[in-house]
Amino acid sequence: MKIDHSQPLEYSTEQNRLNILGFWIFLGAEIMLFATLFASYFTLVDRTGDGPAGARIFEITPVLAETFLLLTSSFVIGLGIHAMRLGHKKAMLTFFVITLLLGLGFLGFEITEFITYYHEGATLQTSAFTSVLFTTLGTHGAHVTLGLFWGTFIVLQVKKRGLTPETANKSFIFSLYWHFLDIVWIFIFTFIYMKGMT
Amino acid sequence: MKKKWVLLAILSSIGSVLSGCKSLAVLDPKGPQAQTQANVIWLSIAIMAVIVIVVCAILVYVLMKYRDSKLPKDYEPPYIEGNHVVESIIVGVPIIIVVFFSIVSVISNNKVEATPEEYKGQDPLVIYASTSDWKWHFSYPENGIETVNYLYIPTNRPLEFKLYSFGPITSFWVPQLGGQKYAMSNMVTTLHLAADEAGEMMGRNANFSGKGFAENMFHVEAMSQVKFDDWVKEVKATAKPITPEKFNELLKPGHVGQLTFTGTHLKFSPAPEGENAGHHHGSSDTNADSKGGHMEHDHKTNDGNESSEHNHE
Amino acid sequence: MGFFTRFLIPNPSPVIYTSMVAIGITILLIVFGLTHFKKWFYLWSGWLTTVDHKRIGIMYLIAALLMLFRGGVDAVMMRAQLAIPDNKLLDSQHYNEIFSTHGVVMILFMAMPYIMALMNFVVPLQIGARDVAFPRLNAISFWLFFMGAMLFNISFVIGGSPDAGWSSYFPLAGNEFSPHVGTNYYMIAIQIAGIGTLMTGINFMTTILKMRAPGMKLMRMPMFTWASLVTSVIIIFAFPVLTVALIMGTMDRLFATKFFAMTDGGMDMLWANLFWVWGHPEVYILILPAFGLFSEIIPTFSRRNLYGYRSMVASMVFISIYSFFVWTHHFFTMGQAAYVNSIFSITTMVIAIPTGIKIFNWLFTMWRGRIRFTVPMLYSIGFIPLFTIGGVTGVMLAMSAADYQYHNTMFLVAHFHNVIIPGVVFAVLGAATYYWPKMFGFMLNERLGKWAFWFLTIGFCLAFFPMYITGLDGQARRIYTYSESTGFGPWNMVTFIGTVLMAISFFLIVYTVYYSIRHAPKDVGDDPWDARSLEWATHNPVPEYNFAIIPQVSSREAFWDAKYKGHELFKGDYEKIHMPNNSGGPFIMSCIFFVFGFALVFSIWFLAIMGLIGIFVCMALRSFEIDHGRYISVEEIKETEAKYGGVNK
Repeated sequence: MKIDHSQPLEYSTEQNRLNILGFWIFLGAEIMLFATLFASYFTLVDRTGDGPAGARIFEITPVLAETFLLLTSSFVIGLGIHAMRLGHKKAMLTFFVITLLLGLGFLGFEITEFITYYHEGATLQTSAFTSVLFTTLGTHGAHVTLGLFWGTFIVLQVKKRGLTPETANKSFIFSLYWHFLDIVWIFIFTFIYMKGMT
Repeated sequence: MKKKWVLLAILSSIGSVLSGCKSLAVLDPKGPQAQTQANVIWLSIAIMAVIVIVVCAILVYVLMKYRDSKLPKDYEPPYIEGNHVVESIIVGVPIIIVVFFSIVSVISNNKVEATPEEYKGQDPLVIYASTSDWKWHFSYPENGIETVNYLYIPTNRPLEFKLYSFGPITSFWVPQLGGQKYAMSNMVTTLHLAADEAGEMMGRNANFSGKGFAENMFHVEAMSQVKFDDWVKEVKATAKPITPEKFNELLKPGHVGQLTFTGTHLKFSPAPEGENAGHHHGSSDTNADSKGGHMEHDHKTNDGNESSEHNHE
Repeated sequence: MGFFTRFLIPNPSPVIYTSMVAIGITILLIVFGLTHFKKWFYLWSGWLTTVDHKRIGIMYLIAALLMLFRGGVDAVMMRAQLAIPDNKLLDSQHYNEIFSTHGVVMILFMAMPYIMALMNFVVPLQIGARDVAFPRLNAISFWLFFMGAMLFNISFVIGGSPDAGWSSYFPLAGNEFSPHVGTNYYMIAIQIAGIGTLMTGINFMTTILKMRAPGMKLMRMPMFTWASLVTSVIIIFAFPVLTVALIMGTMDRLFATKFFAMTDGGMDMLWANLFWVWGHPEVYILILPAFGLFSEIIPTFSRRNLYGYRSMVASMVFISIYSFFVWTHHFFTMGQAAYVNSIFSITTMVIAIPTGIKIFNWLFTMWRGRIRFTVPMLYSIGFIPLFTIGGVTGVMLAMSAADYQYHNTMFLVAHFHNVIIPGVVFAVLGAATYYWPKMFGFMLNERLGKWAFWFLTIGFCLAFFPMYITGLDGQARRIYTYSESTGFGPWNMVTFIGTVLMAISFFLIVYTVYYSIRHAPKDVGDDPWDARSLEWATHNPVPEYNFAIIPQVSSREAFWDAKYKGHELFKGDYEKIHMPNNSGGPFIMSCIFFVFGFALVFSIWFLAIMGLIGIFVCMALRSFEIDHGRYISVEEIKETEAKYGGVNK
């Protein structure tokens, strides 16, 4: 395998460059996935049947907390990648672990939020609106959950194998994924919560 | 057996070509909307035939002239990148055709989506046509009557069909009156039709809706306003009123013959339009609530009526 | 007791019991054969674990032919039922299941894998690459497709087939009106196969963008590669929409969510919209690679370069973008405002323009050429007039006012078969014949192939042209019976005869393969058709590393110019070649996907959760795996090349 030392570690081999491009394309598909969910959400948002509308169940505090946690985690993983570029394995690992902890916190808030909704009579089966709400939020949440496992695997690999072209490549791709989830959340925050509360 | 059919097929194909496909339902319109559609279809068939013939002619010419066996041994095909004139033609001509068709399409589209011009200014007869598995319910709120699986309409008067469904998506289609439109739960769609001449026609659900779909047809008869009024009077004098119990019985999956009632189900089970539309509250389950113990009793008493109701047809 | 009753078929019939026995016997025979000839290890190491794009392509091809048989049997049964009025061959439930599975199988499990077969086999060769960008992902794509197809196909012996049409409109496809598990199969099997397809799209887009041979600029790519690139882009944007729609449908059926329900605000029209937002681009996912294939075959057998290369590329890109803005034409009759129909009517017709450009470009490619009537060329020539008819009827359907009369009738059925069969099926059959020597090192018998072509073409015309007429006469699609008074009888009999001819052509094709395996000469050289693009620059059959030396491209028709203009393709010396390792991971993970899907279909939650965990374990193992691939040494390359007569011959 040829290693090109003029490039950052994550771009240093042909396969690495392919992986990164491939992942960008995958994110394109993910954008379509969430775009479809959003389109469906806007279609069904007023179709609440006998169930509650968004304004009745949304609460600002947990949503702000989730937003804060996820945005911060996205910033921290950026620091992690920066540390990786500088070759600071330990700093990078610390930032990655913080990222994952923040993600875990996000997930905790989201789960409590869901439980609250459930107790207020908004379940997956209540109305078309609640179905699409839970599915959209749930798809994002499932992505975060998957990300937590994936991130943990990468942290373990970097710890064990050090910063090699492969591990650097994986870490970089994971950071792309994490930033993407953050952007999706911004849309969720704006167009589902903010719009729904007004 | 097969031979007979082949022969029949050949004969009938010759026959229908000779008669200019006049007998085909869609091309044998009995109303202004179907007439508009038939005109569009004939126009497009004509222009499209020209395109197909041109393509085939070029193909045959090229194949005859440039086949390997016909060419001198030392003929070597040239390298041709493209030609701007030729390419402008093969882009330009289709664009002109598409522009022309777009205009035709938009005009005809607006025509069939409105009350037919010939009958503008007249008060349309509004008929609610709803489906349940696998029958058609026609409610005439103006006349206060309701039929199942058959549709009587006055000629020379605009008709406004309000379509919806108590089950899967269906499609109201009377080819000789005009094209189809979907009937869906939670929403009412509108189809503007009119009949120019009296006569019997086939109508059917054209959208697949499960087991009984093939037989989900209805009989259409257009008649003069006078005859239509007579029919309404006769129905009012002889038919039984429709009740929520009877209607709920009818909604169950299955086939029934042609039935006639006074009154309409719209009173106790309103169409999903206006404030009854699907997204405002639950659904049109007002009637679902009202069913219950009555049904069995109902079924027995109505058995006798059904045969007598048949006679109205 | 209660647990097992769910696996029963709701409407058993002798046909189904016979198929069950047939399936059982076939499986036993395969197992016995593999054991008897000691081929288990060969199967595992050579095929089930392979990551070689050529072998994956061949597996796609085999799967596609199997599914063509399955879908074809459905078609023959349907047309037999309709051949005479008031026929009692099938009951309505059985008929509904058959046309639903016919549609899904033919589009998603026959046409798609057939296209994938050719993309997999040809694209890396055409761009001078050694494999695709992600070989293992490619294997995952194939096995997910295969398991999805298998899951879908067991539906008719376990639990019952989907019966709500291939478009599976809600609320008909909901639990209330389709209570048995058939539609669960539909939702989940297509989902699994769809994930595979999405991965293929990503894989090929990356491959084509990054792995082209030096000198092959974008505007020097062969047309099939261009088509594959454009198709990949459509896949990436269209398939996620299907994913979401299927998730919603699955949840409505399994968890009683209300997306498409008739109560609580559900909206049946959302399904129709999402389905066709995917469904229409899907049509172009099928037809654009077919266009690409014709653009390879026609120049080769006209002995001329492709006319109007730039306009071919431009029209394809244009179609790919436009394909996302026409979906509403699948339901002009759904009651939207007149202006909406007008807009979509126009956008739909506009697509005819680039398609027309392509037709004329093919005609002008033949013009002043030197046309040889080989089997692939016959398919291409037959394609032009027949596809034109399909295309112009498409324009007729695009006129929304008239569509109110065509919609849901046999006219529509005739139209889309008239584009898909001459378009896609002719393309893949022609291309399979064309690339056969590349795949297997011998050629298919031309004489038998021509017989098959004529049976197919004549059968096609007989089968589908009458449908235009009965459609205009009011024969709705998907009706399982009609009365004699309708007058549809004779036309439907003609259709049935056409169907039989098409079925005969299928068996002729199979026989052609058998005959050619037995009798065709095995030394056809590397370039039996005197072709023009890079895939013919390597050997027949292709060695595992594709090219011993990566070719240097300096023109659009790299191989032709190397042959006749003295361009040098292979410069330099042999170097050791890096190849990916085989892996059982994709196959095993896809098997778990199958179990997971099966458990979901029947709501066996314990098994579903186990399956899900299994899938994640596979992914985790893959994450931790260290795999640097392997190298083929220079000696090995020299040995292989010597056998074939050397890289430059």
